[in-house]
Amino acid sequence: MAITSSPSPQAPPVIEPSGTSTGRAGDKVFVGLSRGSGILLLVVMASIAAFLTYRAVLAISKDEGNFLTTFDWNPAGDPPVFGIAVLLYGTVVSSIIAMVIAVPIAVGIALFISHYAPRKLASPLAYVVDLLAAVPSIIYGIWGALFLVPYLAGLNSWLDEYMGWTYIFDKTEMGAARNLFTVGILLAIMILPIVTSVSREVFLQVPKMNEEAALALGATRWEVIRMSVLPFGRSGVISASMLGLGRALGETMAVATVLSPSFLISGHLLDPGGGTFAQNIAAKFDEANEFGRDALIASGLVLFVLTLLVNGAARLIIARRKEYSGANA
Amino acid sequence: MKLQRKNRLRATALGALAVSGALVLTACGSDDNTASTGGAGENTKAASNIKCDDAKGKLLASGSSAQKNAMDLWVRNYMAACTGVEVNYKSSSSGEGIVAFNQGTVGFAGSDSALKPEEVAESKKICKGGQGINLPMVGGPIALGYNLEGVDDLNLDAATVAKIFNSKIKKWNDPAIAKLNPGAKLPAKAIQPYHRSEDSGTTQNLGKYLGATAKKDWPYEAEKKWPAPGGQAASGSSGVAAQVKQEDGAIGYFELSYASSQNISTVKIDTGAAEPVAATSENASTAIAAAKIEGQGKDLALKLDYATKADGAYPIVLVTYEIVCDKGNNAETLGTVKSFLTYTASEDGQKVLSEAGYAPIPAEINAKVRETVATLS
Repeated sequence: MAITSSPSPQAPPVIEPSGTSTGRAGDKVFVGLSRGSGILLLVVMASIAAFLTYRAVLAISKDEGNFLTTFDWNPAGDPPVFGIAVLLYGTVVSSIIAMVIAVPIAVGIALFISHYAPRKLASPLAYVVDLLAAVPSIIYGIWGALFLVPYLAGLNSWLDEYMGWTYIFDKTEMGAARNLFTVGILLAIMILPIVTSVSREVFLQVPKMNEEAALALGATRWEVIRMSVLPFGRSGVISASMLGLGRALGETMAVATVLSPSFLISGHLLDPGGGTFAQNIAAKFDEANEFGRDALIASGLVLFVLTLLVNGAARLIIARRKEYSGANA
Repeated sequence: MKLQRKNRLRATALGALAVSGALVLTACGSDDNTASTGGAGENTKAASNIKCDDAKGKLLASGSSAQKNAMDLWVRNYMAACTGVEVNYKSSSSGEGIVAFNQGTVGFAGSDSALKPEEVAESKKICKGGQGINLPMVGGPIALGYNLEGVDDLNLDAATVAKIFNSKIKKWNDPAIAKLNPGAKLPAKAIQPYHRSEDSGTTQNLGKYLGATAKKDWPYEAEKKWPAPGGQAASGSSGVAAQVKQEDGAIGYFELSYASSQNISTVKIDTGAAEPVAATSENASTAIAAAKIEGQGKDLALKLDYATKADGAYPIVLVTYEIVCDKGNNAETLGTVKSFLTYTASEDGQKVLSEAGYAPIPAEINAKVRETVATLS
């Protein structure tokens, strides 16, 4: 590579098939910088994992209950007992509720903005949706506690009355709507902008030829969307949903403000109670002693692993669909 | 075209006027502020009694948020009197304050509860030749706030309170409540008890009260974590107060100032005294006066008499302590700690408390606090 004659100034730099550079100084610096940043990122991630593991092991070795199955959080107690069962359940359930509500709506909004709305309406609308992402989560929390919770009381009793037979919507305990269902709705609103905006971008990337070809065959607009836009955008929408899920799993302040936490697992979504990892850390950190903080860090490690698993699964799904959709063309 | 330009000019002029007007008004506003801080006669008088002695430099402190408002006033008055001295109280939580104290990063810590034996043992590392001691500095009533349409006056006793927070009494028209409130129109509504979702000294103090007076109905240890099943939780005193304010049929506990600032009705406690006692700062002081000093040596940790039947003694009280080393304080901040705590324990310092919705520490205990502060080394 070093002996290649210097390229003439007009000719664009020749990229070798392997992707290595032509050997110019700038290229080398850039390669070094990007490789360095990549490695740095891995090192940072590995150090975080190591730190979490170390502190978690410290805590779990002193835990008198089973870390995975105990329904309690009392590291300051005598004996110290804490477990993540409730938190894992609450985190997963509230995130699932959020995804079930948010993804269809987000895809709908994205399709509307990219394919249905008149130009004049589309960009302000997209802007407004994106703006939702800029609202700090504590604001959502306060809004949720002061506005959403009282208003959802009606929906809760309606669901209880007509959908109570489904078991999950059976409200067995009295009280305001400070439950996992409300948290799910709030999280859905919070992840809406990211899912919408990424999906919208993907839908706009659909090759015009595909759409025009479908139209030429006599397809209606909905058929165009079904036959060319959605298959093309599928992996993009999955990635977008995973980004949203990431936010939902880790949301802290909004959940802490809206949920009425308790260390009980209930299949009745409308009953107050439950908890999530991030909410529990925020709630318990202040008064915790050093051991209590280690215990919280141990629960944080579980969230870390959970997020890794979710992202890994998403990557697998996307990788499998990549060739089919042509999203990487 | 010409007309438009004229209009635009006019609009610009109007805008400029508005902006400058706003600036002038803000200027007025800030003038007013300086006047109120510097010119309030009482404060300056109080400030003149503050002895700065060898206070110097910067003093960091941290801990209980329950005494935050009192600290804010004290720090303001103190810093106005002792120029060049900076006191910085970070209100986080008692737990964090004690951790910071035992790491030696703060001059003193504020806490809702006295040091535990293991915390005292740990403090010996920082207090060379001494140990951490508790100085009671701020008292306050924990109010039971409720929201019940048509009921402005509600009396409860310890056993009923315990049963309510324990979900044993579920309706407002329960015979046990009706018996304590003859003549009140109690609705057949469900009771919504609210507690704190995070660990809290307020929870622990309510637990101590219920444990001491209604052991049969409240079989739990007094911990910072809420022990009983059932009920709903909200984060912080402000969160609990907001929920109680919002929901008809709700009851919760929080510091009195949250009840008075949000106009939440508070429960009168039937202690066995001639009349049910209201949650006021005077009544809380009366109850604290019945406390005994339980700490050894210089430690002034209090043992409150929750079962007091004295007239006008409100038994659900919280005492927050300042935690310092009896010996072996950091030499750099020792002067400031002594001078600042001398002020907070002084008559002027304690007088500030009732203005902020707290209860002053009774004179007898307060005198001992001053003596102890003077001997810190």
